[in-house]
Amino acid sequence: MSDPTTTSTGPRGGLADPAARKALMAGVEAAPGAPKPDPILTVDKITRVFGGVTAVDVDHLEVQRGVITALIGPNGAGKTTFFNLITGFDRPTSARSGASWRFDGRDLGRTSASSVANAGMVRTFQLTKSLNRMTVMDNMMLGARRQTGERLWGAMFAPLWSSQEKAIVEKAEHLLERFKLLEKKDDFAGGLSGGQKKLLEMARALMTDPTMIMLDEPMAGVNPALTQSLLGHIQSLRDDGMTVLFVEHDMHVVRHISDWVVVMAEGRVVAEGAADTVMSDPAVIDAYLGAHHDTDLGDDALLEDAAIAELEAEVEAETSEREGEQA
Amino acid sequence: MGVFPLLALLGVVTVQGPAHAVASLCLAQADATGCVNGTVGNRAAPVEGAVVTLLDEAGTEIESQTTEADGKFSFTLDTAGSYLIKVDPASLPKDLEIRPPAAAFQGPDGAIKVEVVLGKSAVPALEVRSVDYSDAGTSFADKIAQSVVQGLRLGLLLALASIGLSLIYGTTGLSNFAHAEQVTLGGMLGYGLCNVAGLNMWLGIVLVTLICAATGFAQDLVIWQPLRRRGLGLTQLMIVTIGLSLALQYTFQYVVGNSQKKVVVETFDVVTIGPVTLTKLSYVAMGISLIVIGAVGYVLLRTRIGQATRAVSDNPALAAASGIDVDKIIRLVWTVAAGLAGLGGILYALVVSNGIRWDTGMQILLLLFAAVTLGGLGTAFGAFVGSLVIGLIVELAGPLGAPGDLKYAVALGILILLLLVRPQGLLGRATRVG
Amino acid sequence: MDQFLNILGSGLEEAFAPATAGLVIAVIGLNLHFGFTGLLNFGQAGFMLLGAYGFAISIIEGLPMLLAVLVGLGLAIVFALILGAPTLKLRGDYLAIVTISAAEILRYVGRLNQLEDFTGGSQGLFGKDYNKPFVDASFLGDGRFTLSPFNYRDIADGALWVRLLGLAVAIALIVLVVRVGRGIKTGNGPALAGRPRLTLVLGILASLVALFFTFPVTYDATGIDGWWARLVGWTLVAIALLVTWLLVRSPWGRVLKGVREDEDAMRSLGKNVFLLKMQALVLGGMLGALGGMVYVISSSVQADSLGRSVTFFAYTALLLGGAAAIFGPVLGTCIFFAGRLLIRELSAAYLPDSIMSDQQSQQFSFIVVGIALMLLVIFRPQGILGDKRELRFNV
Repeated sequence: MSDPTTTSTGPRGGLADPAARKALMAGVEAAPGAPKPDPILTVDKITRVFGGVTAVDVDHLEVQRGVITALIGPNGAGKTTFFNLITGFDRPTSARSGASWRFDGRDLGRTSASSVANAGMVRTFQLTKSLNRMTVMDNMMLGARRQTGERLWGAMFAPLWSSQEKAIVEKAEHLLERFKLLEKKDDFAGGLSGGQKKLLEMARALMTDPTMIMLDEPMAGVNPALTQSLLGHIQSLRDDGMTVLFVEHDMHVVRHISDWVVVMAEGRVVAEGAADTVMSDPAVIDAYLGAHHDTDLGDDALLEDAAIAELEAEVEAETSEREGEQA
Repeated sequence: MGVFPLLALLGVVTVQGPAHAVASLCLAQADATGCVNGTVGNRAAPVEGAVVTLLDEAGTEIESQTTEADGKFSFTLDTAGSYLIKVDPASLPKDLEIRPPAAAFQGPDGAIKVEVVLGKSAVPALEVRSVDYSDAGTSFADKIAQSVVQGLRLGLLLALASIGLSLIYGTTGLSNFAHAEQVTLGGMLGYGLCNVAGLNMWLGIVLVTLICAATGFAQDLVIWQPLRRRGLGLTQLMIVTIGLSLALQYTFQYVVGNSQKKVVVETFDVVTIGPVTLTKLSYVAMGISLIVIGAVGYVLLRTRIGQATRAVSDNPALAAASGIDVDKIIRLVWTVAAGLAGLGGILYALVVSNGIRWDTGMQILLLLFAAVTLGGLGTAFGAFVGSLVIGLIVELAGPLGAPGDLKYAVALGILILLLLVRPQGLLGRATRVG
Repeated sequence: MDQFLNILGSGLEEAFAPATAGLVIAVIGLNLHFGFTGLLNFGQAGFMLLGAYGFAISIIEGLPMLLAVLVGLGLAIVFALILGAPTLKLRGDYLAIVTISAAEILRYVGRLNQLEDFTGGSQGLFGKDYNKPFVDASFLGDGRFTLSPFNYRDIADGALWVRLLGLAVAIALIVLVVRVGRGIKTGNGPALAGRPRLTLVLGILASLVALFFTFPVTYDATGIDGWWARLVGWTLVAIALLVTWLLVRSPWGRVLKGVREDEDAMRSLGKNVFLLKMQALVLGGMLGALGGMVYVISSSVQADSLGRSVTFFAYTALLLGGAAAIFGPVLGTCIFFAGRLLIRELSAAYLPDSIMSDQQSQQFSFIVVGIALMLLVIFRPQGILGDKRELRFNV
């Protein structure tokens, strides 16, 4: 299921085939900072300190192109801060002492958030950032890059941009259809349900034709009924040839769709490996899963409402903690 | 020597409000009449008994008026054109003279040119200065010393208001534009209680503080808490405070009029310590302010209620989760903030501005914001430090070369520059963005 | 009754005065800042003052008028760049504090005695010193002119019922126009043969005809406070409206609204948020400066008459008309000015002095403005023309 409107690279090396992915990742050593056969993102010596507390301290990390990599870790492990750092929403404390990260052959060390997005690495947010007082369609159209009409001087003259606009509308409708949001296109985004907002945000990110998409807790606060379809969408992105890196709390989800798992704790990468390997690693269980020690990590019960509510509460606590830091 | 000539000597100039609000005994009618209104001296120190004469362009006298205690004069004209206005030097107190206007407005024989347009009021500047006006009298070091103490005085009084502003910002996130009106209210109540009703000044100060605190309590009860419950956004709330500020300002003007009102009529004894000369009351006011601020600081740092307040400032959701009644704390903050502002207002009217006007608060509002921002938004201690810095800047700007009202501009300019370098303020922490 | 109608008439005159047109233009700029981009610019009066000084001083110094206008606009651009550069990357309230402070600094500097030869100090610059080139540019000729030449006096000797009828028709037409205008946004308003825009334009013209039929006004064709100043002022308003409309319906305007909603989301989609906010700040500031020039063309440039309150009035007018609505600034400002004058004149005329003196009725009108601003924000943040769904400040 290849998306005709996506101009990004098509399926690469047959990675839509599970066996091929398994074979590819099997050769990678399951250790923090292990080299990958074809890394799309390489991060070196990136640290971030908030008022004396080290939130992120990653020495070396590589993300394999064309697969789904999950980033897991307990609350406060620095996952979101790490996301913020590599997408240009935050500056590393180590900016002047050797921090560097390369994406698709480009050095991103000193780049603003918008240039990171323009380089092809697009992110979503833990708390969805749908533009509530704009229509779903307008939300989508904002995703398209290199619009002539977004330049001030051309903006006043409709003929300069109307044909491009038409193409963007078509592309947006195509994506909305794929994400089952087409009939909502003229509604205000504020009126969508939490899950639909997540879908919209993902669809909007795809409007930028990314090479790599970074999802910050895509399942948080999503109605379980929508979870399956979200998972399906994420997998189809990979099958289209995109690289996916996502933060997730839900172990079941992680085990279900990820080809590779990176574990963070206290700002460091403490383990890497295929989902099964990592999750059975007792060290990881101790380091990370203390809170859920009594539950089976891959247990479907985690998808139950109660468990999800619990996770949501955790997310909320983490968020308010973060807001506290900002205030 | 009274506080009055002293202030005049020090070159204290009041800031005029926007022109539309200028007092106009003559009300200009479109296409029918034009006015020449104004004050001899300035509104803080008007000159009584000055003979003001209006002449036409050729120098023929049209009308002559003698100013009363408010120093005001007002001529009504039915023809637009150029006129001359003159003050009889003999009618001025013998140690004062009219400050000569700029070349463009100088008429023959010491007269001042005015341009009259129908439907508008012309307001010629007839400011006075001392006849032996010169800078030679005091040494530069003495002037600096005097200004430093005055700066501390202004800073301490500003701090009374800005700490409240900062606490409100800290606990609710609201930039309260109407906070300055609480300051004005303090002065106005002081005028009503002490001057009009003849109450003892010290009793007045206590009563004013209590009444203002009650208005803060009432405000939160009637306006702010319901609006928070409604879920009004911060921007929206801020615009509500602007509306409230406008309404209050003009209510003051409606009730007491345009002129400067004194809290007490008597003049105060002056104490000279070394090169510094201030009224005795100034020292007392500084002391009161220090004690009150110290008490607030103690409560914030050492008591449970202060701890709870700081917890709400840090993170309201977390504070609520740990059993703190956030609404109660915010109510308390509003009450204390309004009380402090009222106290600051009456003291300011007593020792700094020599009276209170409907727009006294508005004039210092930006200084308050500057103090709060300078110290780091939302920290009470920062607001205190910020206020002292702003007070010193304002008072030192004059002797260091900033002319007239520009001393306020200097304070604001420094604020803008500081934001460039340290957006989190002097004492704020760098925070995570995004 | 006649007195009442005369007061209404003077309200109308106020609504169409050149100074009102000036403020409308400045409010359109503010709409670009606050309504569409969400920038908290509390220094719009500063932009106006800068435009007015730039324009007036340039003419007094002997520059041709067109160049003087460019000087005023140029100053606004520089001012916007200086204010925006440090603050547009910070939280919104920093822009508010910096703009309001900078506008005050401008006012303090403008009224400085030391600059009296240049800015006129606190007395300001007199209109006659700089508006000659403007008056000379008029092609309306001399004499006086009444609008509308055909008015209520021509029917039944100007009987009262003719005027009342005209008034009723005018009010009905204005209500219709507002409903059509709101209908264009929400998609269900009354419209002539399904052509809402045509209905809107015809409706506006018809209500103007009805208004001027009921309240004919007479001015000099050219003089500084005559038809020429009104023609130029309102033509500039029309141009400003057209430009804003063209801009906000474009993809550029879409990104603008996106920034208003969530800057980080826009960054994550690769938009240069800083550049965009700067563009909006500069454009709105230029409109502010242009508005300032129109504002002073028939009066004088006085620092104190363009202080903070003017900015607050501009916000009131904007919220009254409807932020993020194209015609919001026009409707809001006209109602604001006319309304304030009506409150003042009506209470002066009908309330005995023992209750409210003439001076107090002036202050009363401002108290009403302040309370109106509060109530508007709380109960009807979308104003008259705004879209309720779009203008709840936070969803």
